This record gives sequence, C-alpha cells and structure tokens, in this order.
Amino acid sequence: MNQKSKIPDGHAGAAILSAGIGSFVLGLAVVLTEISPKIKELFTLTAPVGPLSGKTTAAVLAWITSWIILSFLWKNKDVRLQKILIATFIMIGLGLLGTFPPFFEIFSH
Amino acid sequence: MNLTDRELWTVIHGMVLGAIFLLAFAGGFAGLWSLKPELVTETGIKERIRRLIIGTWTMAITAWLTVITGTYIVYPWYRAKPIADLSLSQFPRSLLLSNPNTSAWHTFGMEWKEHVCWIAPILATAVAYIVTIYGKNLAHEKRLRITLIALLTIAFIAAGIAGLFGAFITKAAPIL
Repeated sequence: MNQKSKIPDGHAGAAILSAGIGSFVLGLAVVLTEISPKIKELFTLTAPVGPLSGKTTAAVLAWITSWIILSFLWKNKDVRLQKILIATFIMIGLGLLGTFPPFFEIFSH
Repeated sequence: MNLTDRELWTVIHGMVLGAIFLLAFAGGFAGLWSLKPELVTETGIKERIRRLIIGTWTMAITAWLTVITGTYIVYPWYRAKPIADLSLSQFPRSLLLSNPNTSAWHTFGMEWKEHVCWIAPILATAVAYIVTIYGKNLAHEKRLRITLIALLTIAFIAAGIAGLFGAFITKAAPIL
C-alpha cells in the first residue's frame, strides 16, 4: 500500500520558506535600524513602543506577503523541499543572529 | 493581596501565556516525535492528529498573544521616559541604565528579548498550519515531521530566551 502523502509539497514549502523570510526580515530590520537613524525614525510607528513597532511590523508583513505569494505560486505543486529547508534554516539563523545584541551593536551609528 | 493593572498585565504576559505556551510546546513536541506509523495504528494516528492540531494552534495563538501584549502593553511602561517628580523605580529601563551593575539587563537582556521573541509565533504558526493541512499524512512524511520538530524547538528556544530574561529583568526592575 502506498503510504505517501497525496498532498503536494508546495503547501509546506510555502509555509516554511515564508517563516524563514519573516525571521530574516526581523533580523535585517534590527540591523538596519542600528545603521541608519532615518530608518529608526521610519520604523517608529507608535511613539510609546518606538522602533520595535516598525521592525516587527516589517517582519510580519514580509512573512504574510511572502506566504500568500508562495502559496499562490506553489499551489498543488511539488517543490524541491530539500533546497527550501536549507534556505529556510539559513534565513532563520541569520534572523536569530540579527536580533543578538553583540552582533547588531557592531552596526550601531 | 492585590495587583496593580500593570502587575496584572505583566503576570498575564509572562506567566499565564508563558505557562500555556510551555505546556503546548511539550505536547506538540511529544506528539510530532511519536507520530510514527511503526508506533501507532491508523486509528491512533487520527486521534493524535486531532490533539496535535489543537496543541500546535494553542502554541501559535499563545505566542502571538504573548508578543503582542508584551510589545504593545507592557513594553511602553518599561521604556517610558522618567518624569522629574517621580521616583526612577517607576521607569524600569532608566532605572537599569542608571547603574553600571544593572545596565546590561537592558543593553543585552531586554534588547535581545524584545526582538527574538517575535520569531516564535511566526515559526509556531507555520508548524500549526502544516499539521492542519497534512494531518495524518505527516506520519508517513519523516523529513517534514523532523522539520516541524526543528521549527517548533527553535520557536521554543526563542520564547525561552525571552521568558528567562523577562523574569530576570522583572526581578531587577519590576514594572510597578
């Protein structure tokens, strides 16, 4: 009996890769805020929360947008999951690195 | 025995939601780990998937509630600028930065916590979605299952860093 899933990989690929993109954009936003006072100001969406509001909003928007686009592109398709997993874990790693203070403070203006 | 509004929100953010998240993670991890066709019957897989869907969505929703309450309710009280006539103890960020012995709780602990925690709900949501979509097929998808375990664990570590520093920072400079 064939036990393999009949559900295409595309669904999982889109959800996983977009999570990686969201994590990476968070790390990138943290670093960019350290580099540029203008970006810091731009990311200050609400004064009481400060630039954290913009950094996290950017990450969430990147995650949702990429998930919608990838879901549309990979709907009912089998994708190269191995490559997607590698790319995702690299992006999550970079995202975690970007949120680590001793790293992002290197870029502090 | 009473709590101020601020203390109550700190408890909801850190302890209530945090405890639910931890429980949901333990259930989700164990459920995914043991979801192997050689260990469970088809009926058992169906039953486990139901619990797994509930557990992973609980984890994802709790993670979102934790970061949203933390960032938009508790954090503004933490980072508020001191007012001349009020004691510095009412402004945790400034209180920590005013002493070289405690400043690292902010410059390292809080700076890390406030950012890294947002990775947890993103990853947990992806896991919950995939568990829901793939359902019992996950039992036969070893690579996907291992990936979900890895994502769930990273989400847990990110939340754990935030929770641990949250507890230490609250001890050093509570939100009053």
